Amino acid sequence: MNAFTKLKWPLILVVLLISLSSLNLLRADDDDDEEHHEGKAKIGGVYKINNRADFQLPINQKWKAECSSCHMLYLPGLLPARSWTKMMSTLKNHFGENAELDPMAQKEITDFLVQNSSDRVHTRRGDKILSSIGSNEEIQRISETTYFKRKHDEINSNVYKRKSIGSPANCIACHPGAEKGNFSEENVRIPKDIPAKIK
Amino acid sequence: MKNKERIIAICLSAIFISLPCAIFANETILKELEKEVRASGVKFIKFDTTAGEKIFRGEKVHSSGEKISCMTCHTPDPKKSGMTRANKIIQPMAPIINPERFTDIAKVQKWFKRNCNDVFERECAPQEKGDFIKFMMSIK
Repeated sequence: MNAFTKLKWPLILVVLLISLSSLNLLRADDDDDEEHHEGKAKIGGVYKINNRADFQLPINQKWKAECSSCHMLYLPGLLPARSWTKMMSTLKNHFGENAELDPMAQKEITDFLVQNSSDRVHTRRGDKILSSIGSNEEIQRISETTYFKRKHDEINSNVYKRKSIGSPANCIACHPGAEKGNFSEENVRIPKDIPAKIK
Repeated sequence: MKNKERIIAICLSAIFISLPCAIFANETILKELEKEVRASGVKFIKFDTTAGEKIFRGEKVHSSGEKISCMTCHTPDPKKSGMTRANKIIQPMAPIINPERFTDIAKVQKWFKRNCNDVFERECAPQEKGDFIKFMMSIK
């Protein structure tokens, strides 16, 4: 047995390890790339990557508990502070329902939403929605923005009436990652017309 | 005692401790509501299952023409999951299926305040709330 035969497997292992580690190097974050801002979120001047594990999603337990019992959890970065302030001061008639909170919860959630709103914390989607509305517009429904309408112009209005979807407000029906801010087209799965599943 | 027997003994103990706790919690809220009935000046006799069912199934026609009842979102069967108007699943109301129900007084009061306004366009009286809970607790 010559030297090569003896070292064959150790050599293969070393080559594999080097190639795997070099792949990791290539996948390193591209914070240096100032030109390419697509998909990045700016938090306190530092760019984080959207839809990636290292993106810090804002979280508040009271907000999560109170604001996702009737609908999916809409991230604060989707709307500007003025929209959230208006919404939180009109909870008695929250899209046709009473969503009143005790004063302490109301204050805590309002502060959280405002501090993480699209005009304070920049995210790709938040910026796009913001640029499609007037600077004084206190938009309440994202689905009424020109950005939303443009992105969904291929969707027939009948699709929203499917039992499993219900309305354009139910993002999570087609965008499973919506509560994490993931609205990428590649992850969209439009459910077929099946009756609402009542367990 | 063999391991298997030990495990069974622990499980049984856990059940025997938790069951009374769940029942106790439901009873606590009824005691609270009884206090509220008396405090409101109304003579308290008892909380009634039949009256509670009437509330659950009672329909109100709103000024919009829409007919609404608790069943609109919770479905006619309290043992089943319901759905909000925004397509979010609501866990079953019946404590026999969902033992967490009616154990958190603050949560219960919050939802009565909201949903009584949504359905009946008014607040529910403590007697009505107690009747409602009594009905839910009676479901087997």
